[in-house]
Amino acid sequence: MMNNTRRGVLAAVAAGSLVFTAAACGGDEAPAAAPSAGGSAAPAEKIEITLNTFGGGENFAYDDAVAQWNAANPNVQVKYVNLTDRFEDTYLPQVLQWLEAGSGAGDIIAMDEGAMGLMAARPQYFADLGQYGLDSRKADFPAFKYDVGVNTEGKLFALGTDIGGMAMCYRTDLFEKAGLPTNRDEVSKLWPTWNDYLEVGKQFKGKVKDAGFVDGANTVYNSVLAQEAGKNGGLYYFDKSQALVVDKNPGVKAAFDYVQSLSSAGLTAKLRSWSEEWNTAMQKGGFATMGCPSWMLGVISGTSGEGNAKKWDVAAVPGGSGNWGGSWLMVPSQSKHPKEAADVLNFLTGKDGQVAAFKEGGNFPSSVPAQQDPTVAEAKNPYFNDAPSGPIFAASVAQLAPVFFGEKHAQVKAAVEEVLVGADQGSVKWDEAWTRFVEEGVKAAG
Amino acid sequence: MSLSVDAGSRTRTVPPGPRRHARPPGGRRLLSWLDLRAAPYFFVSPYFILFAIFGIFPLIFTAWVSLHDWQLAGDKTFIGMENYTELLADDKFWNAVLNTVGIFVIATVPQLLLALLLANALNKKLRGRLVLRLSILAPLITSVVAVAVVFTQLYGRDYGLINWVLGGLGIEPIHWQNAKWSSWVAIATMVDWRWTGYNAIIYLAAMQTIPKDLYEAAAIDGASPRRQFWGITVPLLKPTIIFTVIVSTIGGFTLFAEPVMFGAGLMTGGTTGQFQTVAMFIVKEGFRDFQYGYAAAAAWILFLLIMITALINFAIVRGLGRSR
Repeated sequence: MMNNTRRGVLAAVAAGSLVFTAAACGGDEAPAAAPSAGGSAAPAEKIEITLNTFGGGENFAYDDAVAQWNAANPNVQVKYVNLTDRFEDTYLPQVLQWLEAGSGAGDIIAMDEGAMGLMAARPQYFADLGQYGLDSRKADFPAFKYDVGVNTEGKLFALGTDIGGMAMCYRTDLFEKAGLPTNRDEVSKLWPTWNDYLEVGKQFKGKVKDAGFVDGANTVYNSVLAQEAGKNGGLYYFDKSQALVVDKNPGVKAAFDYVQSLSSAGLTAKLRSWSEEWNTAMQKGGFATMGCPSWMLGVISGTSGEGNAKKWDVAAVPGGSGNWGGSWLMVPSQSKHPKEAADVLNFLTGKDGQVAAFKEGGNFPSSVPAQQDPTVAEAKNPYFNDAPSGPIFAASVAQLAPVFFGEKHAQVKAAVEEVLVGADQGSVKWDEAWTRFVEEGVKAAG
Repeated sequence: MSLSVDAGSRTRTVPPGPRRHARPPGGRRLLSWLDLRAAPYFFVSPYFILFAIFGIFPLIFTAWVSLHDWQLAGDKTFIGMENYTELLADDKFWNAVLNTVGIFVIATVPQLLLALLLANALNKKLRGRLVLRLSILAPLITSVVAVAVVFTQLYGRDYGLINWVLGGLGIEPIHWQNAKWSSWVAIATMVDWRWTGYNAIIYLAAMQTIPKDLYEAAAIDGASPRRQFWGITVPLLKPTIIFTVIVSTIGGFTLFAEPVMFGAGLMTGGTTGQFQTVAMFIVKEGFRDFQYGYAAAAAWILFLLIMITALINFAIVRGLGRSR
């Protein structure tokens, strides 16, 4: 779902034990998740469709949606299997092994944004959803969500589920201390642009010495880059011929420069997202604002705890739009029932499926009709002073321009953000940072 | 005593007693032959079969993969030794090797010395000796992840206990992850906290096999306890020390969980790879960037590095005590 940068701290460790043997792993592990092979005893028409997802907690929150479908379709029963809470180090390698082996994957598999470029560059492994008429769903999605599901052969292979969007979370207690307004509409008006945001930060730091204005480099960089990418042909690190443009894309440089200006002005708390220190700072009020995709609300409330309820609030993000995270569903071509799988996929990514997931787990829908459903559109978040989270996130994704993820997007993103975090924290000097940023990007692209 | 005493026994012949019964028929002969010759191999075979499947096969397969540009769910092209030549020119790999060796040295040398001294102390007559002996082993049974989580909090930049104490002494807070030296020290303490007791217990067990009369004789000759330690204990512990050094070398070179936890669960080991170990490098290449061939080549080089280092350490330790 949204784990592209949320690395479970405990998670990565276990992967180490795999290092020396993993190369030897065949494709036939985890037979429990193998689709439909044993279903021969069932009546000829009854089909089982396996849905593979990932993520902790509520993960894709499709329990209710699947139950709805199964009740209405006795002949096509969906088996919902959430494989693991770890996307990058467990789910993705496993799915790649299944794809390579030609068996083992579910009839529908979920994929995080970070790996969409990789999957789009492997058209041979996925069913063409256009063949089952799903390209008619184009109007349901914002263009940037729909276009990511089109592969390098120009065929539709994936449809969107949830979406991150982007807002700005802020601590009302710290804002009060700095003499800034605390009402979310007034706060949104403080920063129509990123430059205004920087100025508010300086004002804040003038009054409050012992807290950062922003947590660190990651969230701001991602928010600015999502907007800048839209202005630069929808490109991040690769152009549409998979050539690396990390040094040529003015959007990347602009986002880099902006982070530098924030960091040099001393406005960041120099924290790395998902680190222990970051968690603690969230609880203790170590920073006042943070870029907030919809799923981040759950992270903040979970990490900060009940003691900090009502201290956080949600305002609009500078520049008005942004996105971080989100997932897609796709049908591997190894599925024995691609047509039925496509039907189920259509339901789950449709209005009813996404509204059910929002109700169950708070996953913000990418489908526009689902966003307009009163359940979503009128949603409020009690932890954040009843902030109208539905409209805020819907607004942040309405204006997003389509973007393109290269095959190695995830690797380049991880490598260059590392340089930004290093420069913010002081292990890389700012005047060498851009050169290093580009170098690391080139290396990661291989 | 003279040699002639037992000379007679050599010339004594075995009395021609009655022959044992006739040989069993062919089938039973085969069975008894199998029982005698093959059964032992059969009984030890489970280990070797498992070793072949989980030890030898992955080794060979990894070597095979390392000769390819092997992308998961992607192209696989045979490229010969190219991964190795690229790896040997990759400064990130050498940075990981440097980190691994550095952490190994600053973790293992004090650790084994401390373990030796601890074992020596516990070998003396002390009140509550059993409790003390058991308690130094306690860190070993804690989960490595728990250890890393606790220590990472102790070493926290903003809210860590150690920086709080340093702050009380008027020292600026240290961002432990930010510099090579500080991150190495932090990780080395985690390793030592967990493994010193383990090595001490092994030394202690070996010390108890040293005959007491050696010490008594040395004491009568006027050797101080220190002299006894270096002149008797250490030389006689040499095989055990060699064992612990080799085990520590393997452990140190495959160091993984502690630095990963210390770096917020990432495989990069700090923003500029300050504490990325070779094991983390392999996982990053193989499971983050999906370059299996490159990761396999790194795994093989790590294997060779461990062999070489273990041999060097073996040579050094074998010479230990000889000069005393």
